[in-house]
Amino acid sequence: MVPLFTAEGLTSVVFMAMIGVTVVGAIIATNTERLIRAVAGLAICFIGVAALYYFLQSPFVAVMEMLIYVGAVCVTIVFAVMLADPEEGQHGKGNILAGPFSIGLGVILFWGLAALALKTEWTPAASVINNGSVVEIGKSLLTTYSMVFELISLVLLVAIIGSLVLARAGRTRTETES
Amino acid sequence: MSLLQSEPIRVLAFLVGIIAFAALNAAYLVWLERKEAGHMQRRIGPKEVGPFGLLQPIVDGIKLMSKQLFLPKGCDPILFMIAPLMVMVPAIMSFVTIPFSETLVARDINIGLLMIFAFASINVLGLLLGGWGSGNKYAIIAAARTVSQNVAYEIPMLITVIGVVMVYGTLNLNEIVIQQAGGFWHWNVLNLKASLLMPVMFIIFFICTLAETNRAPFDMAEAESELIAGIYTEYPGMGFGVFFMGEYANILIGCALTVILFLGGWQSPFGETFVPGVIWFLLKLYAIVFTVIWIRWTYPRTTFYGLLNLSWKILIPISLVNLILTAAMLKVF
Repeated sequence: MVPLFTAEGLTSVVFMAMIGVTVVGAIIATNTERLIRAVAGLAICFIGVAALYYFLQSPFVAVMEMLIYVGAVCVTIVFAVMLADPEEGQHGKGNILAGPFSIGLGVILFWGLAALALKTEWTPAASVINNGSVVEIGKSLLTTYSMVFELISLVLLVAIIGSLVLARAGRTRTETES
Repeated sequence: MSLLQSEPIRVLAFLVGIIAFAALNAAYLVWLERKEAGHMQRRIGPKEVGPFGLLQPIVDGIKLMSKQLFLPKGCDPILFMIAPLMVMVPAIMSFVTIPFSETLVARDINIGLLMIFAFASINVLGLLLGGWGSGNKYAIIAAARTVSQNVAYEIPMLITVIGVVMVYGTLNLNEIVIQQAGGFWHWNVLNLKASLLMPVMFIIFFICTLAETNRAPFDMAEAESELIAGIYTEYPGMGFGVFFMGEYANILIGCALTVILFLGGWQSPFGETFVPGVIWFLLKLYAIVFTVIWIRWTYPRTTFYGLLNLSWKILIPISLVNLILTAAMLKVF
């Protein structure tokens, strides 16, 4: 047991707090009835996950988590919800997967992953590449991870074409316009 | 090593210092804003409370704190209360990696520049949730405007920053400042060897800072003549006060980034070293803050289409050309 009033002791308190933030955010995201609150919970969950990455000595991944998930994804979702019709007070019938069945499923999944993590013999990585130096990130992006890097551009292309298709739908050119 | 010199105590001291700096600045930038606006409109500005009205911010603070925290009808109480915090806390977190001088920096993170942008992106979410949570049409319109404005101006801002990062090869703010040593002709804004368009990049970055912090002439989100007070319409007392503190902290962060990336941070303009760096940093910082306020009281508000056209049709193409030019010049020379 580490004494509380040392750097390590305080760090572990903060670490536990961040795990709490992640879990609470996830619970809010799944259990609230208002869509916007669910997105806020999701943002809290992402902030917690970013903090966990920081504790795992990956500041670059942590910052990216904030920048992309909190800053871009959550804002986009909120914006989409704002543009859609308000659904306050509308209750869905409830999927068969919702309720006790999903809790059981979640427990089994958690137990399985935890058992896997504890029983595997992990070999530590040879080097920490994401210490945040630009040169290292650039090198590994264009050598080790070049495949992933290229595939991301494909995903973006699909997203652009998809949004174009959605935006063009129902906007056919009439005779008078042309 | 005693407890007083240990890391937790150092971090705690910086935390208290940063919060005090942000709060004090929020209070006195309001005073500066009112005073500057007054003089530009041939008035005097606040003058009754204390010499030159210097105690006015304290009186204003007491007034805001003694107001009732009233929840408007039809609001979402949790989001309504949490939104001001989501604007202020990230702004204060961003101060952590700002180098006030060579040694006066709370956490010298390698990816400091990215970290500031990451926390700045939460700001948008806070404004959006606040606008939605108010349950007020004006606030929702303002929230929608804020998002399209911030998304539009983040692009030229980040492209400009990529140019700077390419020149210096690091995301560490302190190292970027160290590489600008030796007089104002070595500052990045005059770094014509790296890119001929560097002064243009400085202007683009400054315009984007104005737009990202919702300052006039880009204050479409607040636009008091069209939207009452935009997102702040329903906020009473200290809810409004915290929003305001966050807004001024964001302005400070934007101005500090401008100083660090383009105006040599804590470096002295003449290359001497006997004046401490923190004094030069603060002088440059407040010169930029003064300019931001000056612009607000000089130019009228643009239209929303004008604002988006400026970003998508002018700033983004110029900054892309700039990026390519910087890359080419770095490769050739």
